[in-house]
This record gives sequence, structure tokens and C-alpha cells, in this order.
Amino acid sequence: MSVLVDKKTRLLVQGFTGSQATLHSEQSIEYGTNIVGGVTPGKGGQKHLDIPVFNSVHEAVEEVEPNASIIFVPAQFCKDSILEAADAGIKLIICITEGIPTLDMLIVKKKIDELDVTLIGPNCPGIITPGEAKLGIMPASIHMKGSVGIISRSGTLTYEAVKQTSDLGLGQSTCIGIGGDPIPGTSFIDVLKMLEADDQTKAIVMVGEIGGTAEEEAAEYIKDNVSKPVISYIAGQTAPAGKRMGHAGAIIAGGKGTAADKIKKLRECGVHIADNLLQIGTKTKEVLGKIYL
Amino acid sequence: MNLHEYQGKDLFAKFGLPVSNNAVVKSPDDILSACRDIGGDKWVVKAQVHAGGRGKAGGVKLVDTPEEAIEFANHWLGNRLVTYQTDSNGQLVSSILVEECTDIAKELYLSAVIDRGAQRIVFIGSSEGGVNIEEVAEKTPEKVIYEPIDPLTGPMGFQARKISKVLGLDNEQLKQFSKMLSQLTKLFISYDLSLLEINPLVITQGGKLHCLDAKINIDANAIYRQPEIQAMRDLSQEDPREAEAAESDLSYVSLDGNIGCMVNGAGLAMGTMDTIKYFGGSPANFLDVGGTATQERVSKAFKLILADPEVKVVLVNIFGGIVRCDLIAEGILAGIEEVGVSIPVVVRLEGNNADIGSDILAKSNAAIESLNSLEEAAKKAVELSR
Repeated sequence: MSVLVDKKTRLLVQGFTGSQATLHSEQSIEYGTNIVGGVTPGKGGQKHLDIPVFNSVHEAVEEVEPNASIIFVPAQFCKDSILEAADAGIKLIICITEGIPTLDMLIVKKKIDELDVTLIGPNCPGIITPGEAKLGIMPASIHMKGSVGIISRSGTLTYEAVKQTSDLGLGQSTCIGIGGDPIPGTSFIDVLKMLEADDQTKAIVMVGEIGGTAEEEAAEYIKDNVSKPVISYIAGQTAPAGKRMGHAGAIIAGGKGTAADKIKKLRECGVHIADNLLQIGTKTKEVLGKIYL
Repeated sequence: MNLHEYQGKDLFAKFGLPVSNNAVVKSPDDILSACRDIGGDKWVVKAQVHAGGRGKAGGVKLVDTPEEAIEFANHWLGNRLVTYQTDSNGQLVSSILVEECTDIAKELYLSAVIDRGAQRIVFIGSSEGGVNIEEVAEKTPEKVIYEPIDPLTGPMGFQARKISKVLGLDNEQLKQFSKMLSQLTKLFISYDLSLLEINPLVITQGGKLHCLDAKINIDANAIYRQPEIQAMRDLSQEDPREAEAAESDLSYVSLDGNIGCMVNGAGLAMGTMDTIKYFGGSPANFLDVGGTATQERVSKAFKLILADPEVKVVLVNIFGGIVRCDLIAEGILAGIEEVGVSIPVVVRLEGNNADIGSDILAKSNAAIESLNSLEEAAKKAVELSR
């Protein structure tokens, strides 16, 4: 079993002919992902990477029946692209693009909730089910099919968690980057729900960072609803208040959103804490060992 | 991005919100005419910096004569104001806001933020103004109201009534407040704000609502579509290295340690800082070079890091995902040569072709310690920083 994506996923790529989309589509195809079409307005009718290009998502839906879409278009056009895919009936949308205005996401989030669409991102590495499908920009080589589900607000930190769990032979069930923006399409809680229901997932690694209260809300949810062990690392323990640390969402505001507060809350709710980034893998192995040995 | 108080008040005035008659002066010579234009026999002079806590730091003064105002301007213009919200260097004062004096009957609080939990613009109001709102919320939560605005409807009349009850407004003031709520929402959306705060919002002796302060932050992701806001940017209020980094599309935040950091990815950059601290060192900066660490970006990043005289060693931590580590290694070498890096550099490469990348670094003549694990690299950097 897997979460959200597998070999049968039929993927559409929006902004298909751009350089980033091309690079990552090639890598996804190599991994075995079934890309059925691409959209670049004005280039409909052409072929790119031997795959048909359409002028709109609606045309693509009619011709090649995708059931997921990945978005690489520039930030100023993302609101339109996400709503276009949702309007065309696509229920799983992954938005890689960084830098979307927050007020755009405010509208987008309300709309996709109405239409019962799952949006992963924006500002995220995407989603991968090792051995099945890769819908994103993560490096395939570090992944290994296995038992750990990984959720993260950060791309490269996800890769660290993936590499450590692969090196220790644990592997991953599904890895989802929910993105570093203040208003993500999918929350930690949404993904926790999916991983709790997934048979392949034996433990969940949740990589958080400073800013907002998503980790605290997740901690409350875990306490009452997640039976699987959850291991968490929170980045930004040394971050100063009031400064945006790269991600639009990573800012300690009004004394709220500090790593210390998040860690305290997570511990109170029974989450295992990796004190340091280097210990994500070993902590997970230790926790799993205690349960299954 | 932040605005000065006077810029915020200009936007308020544009949206029909009540602000005091005022003038902005950049030279003491202009104070006298500013006072005369405003009229009256009392004025408030306010040093304009991007930081709160100005009053307690002596940056706000009530004056009875233009001479006193000139004295205030002579003292502050060109000087730096240090408040509890600034670092120890403070912020440069390059303009002074002169305002007519307002007779205050009561001070209230009103702000609007994008609330991540509610995923809405939320108005926060309190009957206690002019003080720290976090404290009020903690000690007397019944005096604070949070009212989320539905993006479909905008603020409704009943919401104005709900907030106005907590603020303790009378019927006449409620009418003023309803208009204010609607105009503030329009302003928030038109200019892509992330924060708007009026502390205090006051009731005058004459019973009118009046915006005595204006704090505005703009969503950095939306600046591209706000030309009017772009023109208001005051680089003197920003850390020069952070501003320079932003020009090159690098995320940089200066800190007070001595280990320079260059990392790809914001999360990993924070994780690297934490790791340095964990091993007893102190990071000099946060720096995300982005997913594609090209020679150009690496060179720029080295320049930024080395502009900080405190830096004794640079730790480069790259998780080469899609980007190949051998290419990154070449970028690092070229960057070191171009910039003329003379302090030790510790590099940790992981991911695609990490072995080849490390080989390239090992064979070079540059003073580089190349290590495959972050633990070893961080420990080495901490050791070299002592």
C-alpha cells in the first residue's frame, strides 16, 4: 500500500516545457512515473520528451485523463494554475513553485477545500513513494522502499531524514514535503492521518521548523489519533526572533513559534524528539527497535 | 518588508482613515515651517525608524515650541536610535514626523494579520491600547477579540459590532469603526500586507476614533506586484548584507557568531546552524544558496560571508539533490579563487556524485577540509573557530 501516489498515478505537468519542469520530468520518467501529458499555454499540439503538450488542463483531461498534476509555473501564475487544475477535476495537485503571495494562497486554499482537492505545497519538494512513483524534485538515489513515512516543511532536511533512514536500512513508505509557506495546501495533520492509515508505514518522521503553530497542532492530533510512533526534529533552535529564515513561514513572531515551544509541546504529547538533525535516523531506529524487538 | 510610520499614515489617509495633520522633515531647517503649517501650539515629534519601542528610547517627544522640535531634530537626525527591538547599533534616523497634538480620552488596540491557523485575515482588537498586546492577551484574555474575515464576504456589519463591543465604543463611534474596518481590509488586500497594527487607536476628547500610530509589513512574496510599495523601501533601515543578499536572490540573515555558513535549502541551513551550536560553536549567519549552487551564487555567498570581519571559518554544507556534487565542488573552487578566500573552508558534500566532488576538492590547492559527514564537518568548523 502507499499514500496518495503509486505506479498507476497518471501525472500531468503544468509549465511542462520550462527548464526546471523538463529536468525533473526526465528524472521522474526515469524513476517510473507515468507522465501522460503536459500543459504550456500556446504550445498545445507539440510533443515534449515524447509526451503530448496541451494548451489547457481541461484539454489534457479530455485527451489523456490525468489524475494528478504537478505545477512548475512561475509564482505570479500559480493561483491561476492551481485553480485551473482544480476546476478541471484533478484531485491531487502538487505545487513546487516558491514565492507565491500569501493572499493568493488564502483564496486558493479556501477554493480547493470547497472542491475537496488535495494540494501538496507550494514551495515544496513534492511526494515520492519509493519503488512506485516520484512526483517532485527530490533526488531518487537516496530513497529506499521501507517502513518510515516522512513529512517535512523543508526540502533538503527531508533529504537528510531520507538518507539517514536509508543508511540504517529502514527505508521509506512515502515522503511528503508540505512546503515552507505560511499557508500550505496540506497540513501535518492531513498527512499524519494518511500515514496512520497506511499499512506499510511503521513509524512517522515529522520534520518541522520555527514559525506558526502547525507542529503544536500536530502534536495535539498525534496524542489522540496516531498510534504509530512519531519522531520529530525541529529546525531553527538557534534562529533569532523576527527574522525570516529563508522560508516565508519560518519566522518567530511576537515570541511565538520558537523551536523550544514546539519541542516542549511535542514531548508532552508523546512524540520522540531527535535533539539534533544528525540523530533523526538513529532515533527512529531506536524507537522502532523498542517496539518490534 | 516594513514601512515607516509616516508611510503607513500616508496609506491610511489615502484610504480615508483618520490620522493627524503631519509633515515629514529630513532637515532641522524644515521644522519651523512644518510646525507653522500644521498649526496649534503643541506638536509631537517622532523619530522614523523600522522598530517599535521608540517612546521609551526617547525617540518620541511632546514639544511646546518649534525650538524644542528643532533641538529634537538636531539630536536625532543622522543618529541611531536604539530600542528594545533593535540590535545594539540601533537604526539610523533620517526623517522625523511632526504631528499636531491629539487630546486622548482613551487608548485602544487594533491590528490585522494573516492568521496561519485560521487561514484568514484576522482582526485583533482590545480595549487596552498603547501597551504590549501579548501581555494583555495573556493576563486579561476577555479584553481581546480575534475576528477572522471570510475572503468571500469581506468584513460584515455584525463583525464590526462584535469588535466594537470589546473595544467599548458608543453608537456614534461604531459607525466610524464600521467604515474603518472595511477600509483597513481594502488597504490590507490592495497592498498585500502581512501585518497592519494601530497601537494605539484612540478615542479623542471629542469622541472621535483616530489612528495615532501605523505599523505596516508587506508580504515579501508579493512585492513584485506593488510598485508603489517598492518605491517606499528604505535600505538604510535594513542590514546592508541582508539587502545585498536579497539583490542576488540569496536568503541571508546575519548573526553574532564566527562560523560562516553556506547551505542549500532553508531548513538545512537552520539545521546546520543548530548543529554548530550543538557542538559548542556559534554561527555567523543564516545563508541559503538555493537548489542550484552555481559558481556565480557560490562566489556571491562567499563575498557576503567574508564581509563579516568576525568570521574565522566557513562551513559549506550542500546536499546535492538534483544538482551534481562534482559541479558544486567546481563552483566552490572557482568561487574561492575568484573571491580570494584566505580563511579555512570546511566542506561537506552529500548526495549525487558526492565522492567525485570530494575528490575534486581534495586534489585542489585550496585550503579546504572536505568531509562527508555533517557531524565531522561541523566539529571541524567549531574547532577551527576557536
